[in-house]
Amino acid sequence: MTPSTTSRNFKPIKILRAVIPLAFWLGVWQLAAYLVDLRTGGHGALLLPYPLLVAGRLAALAGQPAFWQSAAVTLGRIFGGFAAGAAVGALTAAATSALRGADWVLTPAVKVIRAIPVASFIVLVLLWAPSSGWVPAIVSGLMVLPVLWGNVSRGVLQTDPLLLEAARAYRFGRGKTLRLVYLPSVRPYFVSGCATGLGLAWKAGVAAEVLCQPRLAIGTQLYRAKITLETPDLFAWTAVVIVLSFLLEYALGILFRRLGGEKT
Amino acid sequence: MISVRNITVRFEEKQVLDRFSLEVPEEGITALSGPSGCGKTTLLRVLAGLQPVEAGTVTTPPEPVILFQENRLLPWRTVGQHITDVLPRDRRGEVSRWLALAELEGEERNYPAALSGGMGRRLALARTLACGGGLILLDEPFAGVDAPRAARILARVRSLGLPVVLSSHERETVELCDRVIHLDGPPLRITDDTENGGLRSC
Repeated sequence: MTPSTTSRNFKPIKILRAVIPLAFWLGVWQLAAYLVDLRTGGHGALLLPYPLLVAGRLAALAGQPAFWQSAAVTLGRIFGGFAAGAAVGALTAAATSALRGADWVLTPAVKVIRAIPVASFIVLVLLWAPSSGWVPAIVSGLMVLPVLWGNVSRGVLQTDPLLLEAARAYRFGRGKTLRLVYLPSVRPYFVSGCATGLGLAWKAGVAAEVLCQPRLAIGTQLYRAKITLETPDLFAWTAVVIVLSFLLEYALGILFRRLGGEKT
Repeated sequence: MISVRNITVRFEEKQVLDRFSLEVPEEGITALSGPSGCGKTTLLRVLAGLQPVEAGTVTTPPEPVILFQENRLLPWRTVGQHITDVLPRDRRGEVSRWLALAELEGEERNYPAALSGGMGRRLALARTLACGGGLILLDEPFAGVDAPRAARILARVRSLGLPVVLSSHERETVELCDRVIHLDGPPLRITDDTENGGLRSC
């Protein structure tokens, strides 16, 4: 089989793997909406709107500048919170792995952060934050921090002791050991933590926006759609969150592949 | 003189070295030969300063360097990078010299996953030699390397003029060394010294 034949066979399979599940679940949604509509005597859109109706609302919303502003600001807040949480989580893991004192002091604090319910965080941060716009970012960061801390700590712990001994035997020094042994060993754990943390950041960040209602925010739009019983809008904004989350995950995947140019 | 005197090493209940003593001249290539598990690797690790001893004294030239029994290559570094990683800044131009010594010309850009077992072993050896030091310790340096190639590489190692202590199972390798110390254990003990250019019995 020539490489070009392989490539030709590969592409349709990749497309089918995306299209078939999408078509299946859209079909399930359509059927469920039809049954709800039937049972509610034509008022099904209040509970479960048809996919086409949601697509129509999404298209209508996309025509308004406020839609793009809200999406952009939410994306910025959540990515900012995620990035800060990931950085602090990774640095905390480095500190707790390297320094016993830091381990004693910081590990219980991170475990407490991990155990606190997101709703408590949202309310507490809302009380403390200078403006409601900060709350989703801070809450997203606090959700991501313990995940990255746990993953990076595990990565440090799992670093091959034989490679570390070799680094000592070949007189690498601390900086080179960190760069050539620890960082490449921890990288898969960091990437996996980011994938998990990103999902959490979106969930917690949008939930915070719903409760805090900053002026430009997807969460605020979701809340308004709920109180005005605009269920198709609710679905449309949820679809926006899903698409943005996928796009951000995809972009981070590309970034990590570029940054990890060395073979892993 | 490279020497260990009355050294004791224990792993939990297992006594690997029990007041073991050995002296080796600080020149040429000395082979340690003996069955698997007798304590040769532990002795080399003691000489490298990587294995703490419960008792006894160890005297070696400064900065001994060891080739481990496992290759311990970094999967994310290329063949060439493995050599530059151990070279000081002013000797970075020596990469091709060390790769040529281990007959790895043309492999500089490959990653360890692309190397055969023997090539990986030779890369680990080249890295150890490039790192350099007052004493070269080689634990099974030619495992998986064919005998004629091992002989050629050992001749180049000899030409470096540094004292070398190696452990080996391969008769062909042992025969090329200046002196052979036959060992048994554990606990490690000397069963025979072969005079072949000046071995001093202990």
